Amino acid sequence: MSVLVFAETWDGKFKKPSFEAATYAFELAQKTGGAVTAVVLGNVADDELKKLGEYGCAHILHINNDKLSSFSASAYTIAVAEAATKATAKYIVFSYTYTGKSIAPRLAARLKGGLVANATTLPASAEPFVIKKKCFSGKGFTDVQVSSDIKIIGLSPNSHHIATNATTATIDVFAPAIPDTAFDTKVTEVKKTSGKIVLTEAELVVSAGRGMKGPENWGMIEALADALGAATACSKPVADMDWRPHHEHVGQTGITISPNLYIAIGISGAIQHLAGISSSKVIVAINSDKEAPFFKIADYGIVGDAFQVVPKLTEAVKKLKSSH
Amino acid sequence: MKFLVCISNVPDTTTKITFTPDGKALNTAGVQFIINPYDEMALTRALEIKEAQGGTVTVINVGTTTTEPTLRKALAIGADDAIRINAEPVDALFVASEIAAIAKAEKYDIILTGRESIDYNSGQVMGMIAELMGIPSVAVATKLDIAGTTANLEREIDGGKETVSVSIPFAASAQKDMAEPRIPNMRGIMSARTKPLKVVEPTVVDKPTVSLSHQNPPAKTACKMIDAEHPEELINLLHTEAKVI
Repeated sequence: MSVLVFAETWDGKFKKPSFEAATYAFELAQKTGGAVTAVVLGNVADDELKKLGEYGCAHILHINNDKLSSFSASAYTIAVAEAATKATAKYIVFSYTYTGKSIAPRLAARLKGGLVANATTLPASAEPFVIKKKCFSGKGFTDVQVSSDIKIIGLSPNSHHIATNATTATIDVFAPAIPDTAFDTKVTEVKKTSGKIVLTEAELVVSAGRGMKGPENWGMIEALADALGAATACSKPVADMDWRPHHEHVGQTGITISPNLYIAIGISGAIQHLAGISSSKVIVAINSDKEAPFFKIADYGIVGDAFQVVPKLTEAVKKLKSSH
Repeated sequence: MKFLVCISNVPDTTTKITFTPDGKALNTAGVQFIINPYDEMALTRALEIKEAQGGTVTVINVGTTTTEPTLRKALAIGADDAIRINAEPVDALFVASEIAAIAKAEKYDIILTGRESIDYNSGQVMGMIAELMGIPSVAVATKLDIAGTTANLEREIDGGKETVSVSIPFAASAQKDMAEPRIPNMRGIMSARTKPLKVVEPTVVDKPTVSLSHQNPPAKTACKMIDAEHPEELINLLHTEAKVI
């Protein structure tokens, strides 16, 4: 019996969500017994694979099948299911990224396992197995009990800490049979949002709304984000008016995020917007209207003109960074 | 082209979410229920393709009689017929198994859902249906175009977008941008009353997950206000007090 973690890679490297999932898997294994096995798909160098050992993975199953370089949910599902069988895993952990969302539900159906999607906590015990997850778009939490033999956890990105639990990982090349018919989707083009910090995994986010008056004024928002090393986001009206791309829209019908810091500039704080960001650890609201609902849920607030305040913040950040 | 669009019945996006005193369920008093917004985008795209290329659009929901107004609204928007599986949608695999059984028997070409429901936000049902039917799946799709028996989709990936082609039958979940929802017109509303709405009883018993209790997020402490004349104080507090930068 063991815990299997799906360690996702981007261009042959692990990123934060994979280490969060590995840490979670290690801590879960301490409660349930057994060791952690990681399954890694595609072309990844051994030096990179070994990094998983630092986060407590004792075994690594490396499925380096050339065909897996192009994503297909069916084929990835079979690969992970075969790894689960090989590792005799009772628990399978994913980071619930877009890739996790594409595979975990299929795997759950394949293995007849219960899946807790957007999980935020470890279970208190192995039996009963109860995990908290987000629901109602950040307006609530629910405790979900899983009763199936195989239990699958889709960990909400940026909701679990990363801890080192140095282990020497053994790497096994694993070559399960994946039928050609499982490669049933064909990727014809990949467009990367290059050079930018990915919003869904950003620790710091600077977001702006209608208070910015027009897309031409976003320079100061980007300047603050750049100074902080933050991703940029926006409110729904701003995306609807095409001032900003839709992939930046956070809120009930946009992206749900939980960064360490969310700075909302010129966003009033409609309930649908707050739903997408309410699990952020620290929230800052900057608004000229002191009655803006955002101040009710913010940790820090400034009532003032964004056009005056934001450049000063950027200067202060630069000063802070240069003194460290 | 035979479309099957899965519809969740969810609280309106403006709803202040509270739970019953025992925490077991949503407090539905005064709550208005709507078609899950992402499902509505999937439905609208299915209707656009049907209007351009021919075919039928069926909507399906797992729910009790209380969800019928939501299904009627989907019919008013333009779906041809509706199926309601008469059960509480307590577990995603249960819901997916019920829908997959019908989708398989009725040989639907394209099965669409929203990318997630705005109540439990799990995004599980589409992938589960696809696996149970043994067909391809494309999650979080922002575009869907059909040419003959091939579909071209664009989907979100971490840090960008991917264009994917797939043969029918397949399943996909809709993200914003797939279509702009429509407001039903009077003719649609009138005709929705007489369109077929079939009720079927569930056949699956397995429910591997159950939601035991619910809570609202912990209340926030009061907001600390900083003088607009000295915004640098905010950066200082974020560094020394909140320790996030």
